[in-house]
Amino acid sequence: MRRLSYAQAIREAHGQLLASDPGVFVLGQGLWSPWYAGTSMQDLDKEFGRERIIDSPVSENATTGAGIGAALAGMRPIVFHPRMDFMLLAADPVVNQAANWSYMFAGRVSVPVVIRSVINRGGEQGAQHSQALQAMFMHVPGLKIVMPSTARDAKGLLIAAVQDDNPVLYIDDRWLYDVTDDVPEEMYTVPIGAAAVRRRGRDVTIVATSYMAAEAMKAVTTLEAHGLDPELIDLRSIKPWDREAVFASVARTGRLVVADAGWQTAGVAAEIVAAVACEIFDVLKAPAVRVCLPDIPAPVSRPIETAYYVGADDLVTAVEKTIAR
Amino acid sequence: MYRTMVRVRRFEERVAQLVESGEVRTPCHLSIGQEAIAAGVCAALETRDYVWGGHRSHGHYLAKGGDLRAMMAELFGKATGCSGGRGGSMHLVAPEVGILGTVPLVAATIPLAVGAGMAAKLRRDGRVSVAFFGDGATEEGPFHEALNFAALYRLPVMFVCENNFYASHMPLCERRVADNILAAGDLAGTPGKRLDGNDVELVYAEARRAVDRARNGAGPTLLECRTYRWRGHVGPSWDMDVGVKRKDELKQWLPKDPLARARRRLLRAGVRDDECQSIERAAAAEVEAAVAFARESPYPDESDLTKHVWTSAGERQDR
Repeated sequence: MRRLSYAQAIREAHGQLLASDPGVFVLGQGLWSPWYAGTSMQDLDKEFGRERIIDSPVSENATTGAGIGAALAGMRPIVFHPRMDFMLLAADPVVNQAANWSYMFAGRVSVPVVIRSVINRGGEQGAQHSQALQAMFMHVPGLKIVMPSTARDAKGLLIAAVQDDNPVLYIDDRWLYDVTDDVPEEMYTVPIGAAAVRRRGRDVTIVATSYMAAEAMKAVTTLEAHGLDPELIDLRSIKPWDREAVFASVARTGRLVVADAGWQTAGVAAEIVAAVACEIFDVLKAPAVRVCLPDIPAPVSRPIETAYYVGADDLVTAVEKTIAR
Repeated sequence: MYRTMVRVRRFEERVAQLVESGEVRTPCHLSIGQEAIAAGVCAALETRDYVWGGHRSHGHYLAKGGDLRAMMAELFGKATGCSGGRGGSMHLVAPEVGILGTVPLVAATIPLAVGAGMAAKLRRDGRVSVAFFGDGATEEGPFHEALNFAALYRLPVMFVCENNFYASHMPLCERRVADNILAAGDLAGTPGKRLDGNDVELVYAEARRAVDRARNGAGPTLLECRTYRWRGHVGPSWDMDVGVKRKDELKQWLPKDPLARARRRLLRAGVRDDECQSIERAAAAEVEAAVAFARESPYPDESDLTKHVWTSAGERQDR
C-alpha cells in the first residue's frame, strides 16, 4: 500500500470530498498559503477554484458563523482555523450556536459543519501560539471531537466528519504532519467514537490522544525492551469517546495511564480517569496516572519550553511508576 | 401586509396577557409597535428565502409564514410546539418557510445569515438571506465582520436593523457616540438606508429594492428601520422606569402606531372598514384557537429529555 504523510492524507481527503460532493467547500484563513496549512491544503484552490477554497478575511467569528449558516442551509462546509488559539474568537458560533442547534429545535434542523483547527506549538512560539484547547470543547454537549494521530485516521476521520450531520471539531497537530502511514487510495471513513487498540498487552492500559498517541508508540518500544507488556489505546475521538474499549482494557490490565497533551486540570485525561474511577474502580490495582501539560502557559525560551512539553519519556516513567505500585 | 401586522399584534397582546396570568413562563420579548418591519420585509421575500432573527422574533416568524399554532404551543412548552417545547419564545424554527432558527445571543445569527447567503451563491439557486437584528447588535463585533464578509463576496444578503432605540434597558444615546449605525455599512462597502420603520409600505418598497439587488448578484444592503419598542425589553410591562425620557418618548411614538397608519391608508385607498374589521376578527379568532390548541396539547414526555443532542443518521431533512 502507498505511504502518505499525515498532511498529504488530509489533503487527499479534502480532494476526494470536494470532488464527490458539490456541497463541500472550505473556508478559513491561510488556505492559499503554505505558511498556515503546510502541505495539508496544497493547491486545492488551483484544483477546485477559489470560489470553493476560500481564504477568508481575518474574522474568525463571521467565518465560523458563516460555515454554520451554510451548513444549516444544506451545505457541508469545512471551516479552517490554522491555530486553535485563534478559534476562541469563534467561541460563540461553536459553543452557543452549532453545539446547541439540533437540541434547541428538537432535531428539525442540524448543523453538518466541520470546524478544523490545528494545534501548532513548539519552536518558541509562546503562550498564544501553542495551545491545545480540546478539553474546553469536550465539555460542551452537541459537539463531536476527533483527534487523529495517524495518516490513515487523518483521512478517514475527516471524511467521516464531513459526512456526519452534526458539528464536528477536527483537531490536527502540526507535530504529526510528517508522520507516514499506509493510506488506502479510495474514499473511506473511520467511525467517530471508536478507539483503536494499537497494541494488545496485559500489564497496563495506556490511553492516549493525538500527538501523545504517536509518542505512546515510541514509549511502547522502550517498555517492551524493559520486559513489559503494555496495551495501547489511541482514543481518536474524544467526544464521544470509546468507553467500552477503555473499560474492557482496564478491566483486564487493572492499571491505567492516560496521556493528553493539553493541560491537566479538568482535561481529557481527567475525564477518562474519573469515568474509570466511577464505573470500574474495583478493577484498579494501582492509582491511575495522567501524563499532561502542567497548568502553565506555554513558555518561549528553549530550555523551559523543552521542560514544559511531555513525550514518550514521560509516558515510560508514568507506566513504570504505576506498575511499581 | 396589514393582515400580517394584525396577526402579530393580536398574537403578542394575547401573549402579554398569558405572561401576566402566569400561564406562559418562558421569557417573551414583544415586538408590539414594531410590526411593520417584519411585515414589510417578508412581503418582499419568497417562501424559499431565508430569514434569521433574535430574541424578539415572533413577528419575523409569522410574517415569513411560520405556523401560528405551533409558535403558541412552543410558548406553552408543549410537544406540539415548533421546537418541540425545547426552545420557547427565543428559539423559533420553521424550516419549511426558510426559518432555520432564531436565537437570543445578540448578533449571533448575523454571520449565520451570511453563511446561508454564501450557500445560495455557491448553489446559484437565487435565494436571498435576511438578517433581522436590533440596534444593540450593531455594537457587537460579529456584525462588523459579517458586513465586510458579505460585501467582499457580494452575497445575496440583506441586513435589517430594527432600531427601537433600546438595548435591554439602555437607550441608544448612552451606548453610542453618535446615532450612526449606517456608518458601519459605509466602512464595509455595504450601501445603507435609514427609513421610517413604522411605515409598512415604505419598508416594503426599500426591502424590494434590496432583495432585487441581492438576487441580481449586486451584494448586500443595510436597512436601518427606525421604530420604537412600546413594551419592556422582556415581558408585557410598559417599562416606565427605563430611561428618564421614556414616558415622553412613548407619548411621541404611540400615535405613530404602524397598524393604525396602515389601516388609515387602506381606508383612504377604498378598502371598506368592515373588510379591515373582518381581518382583525379573523386574527383574534385564530389566536384564540391557538391558545386552546396549546392548552390541550401534551407536554413533552420525560424520556424526550435526552433526544436530539446529536442528530442521528438519516434524521436530517433536505433543505
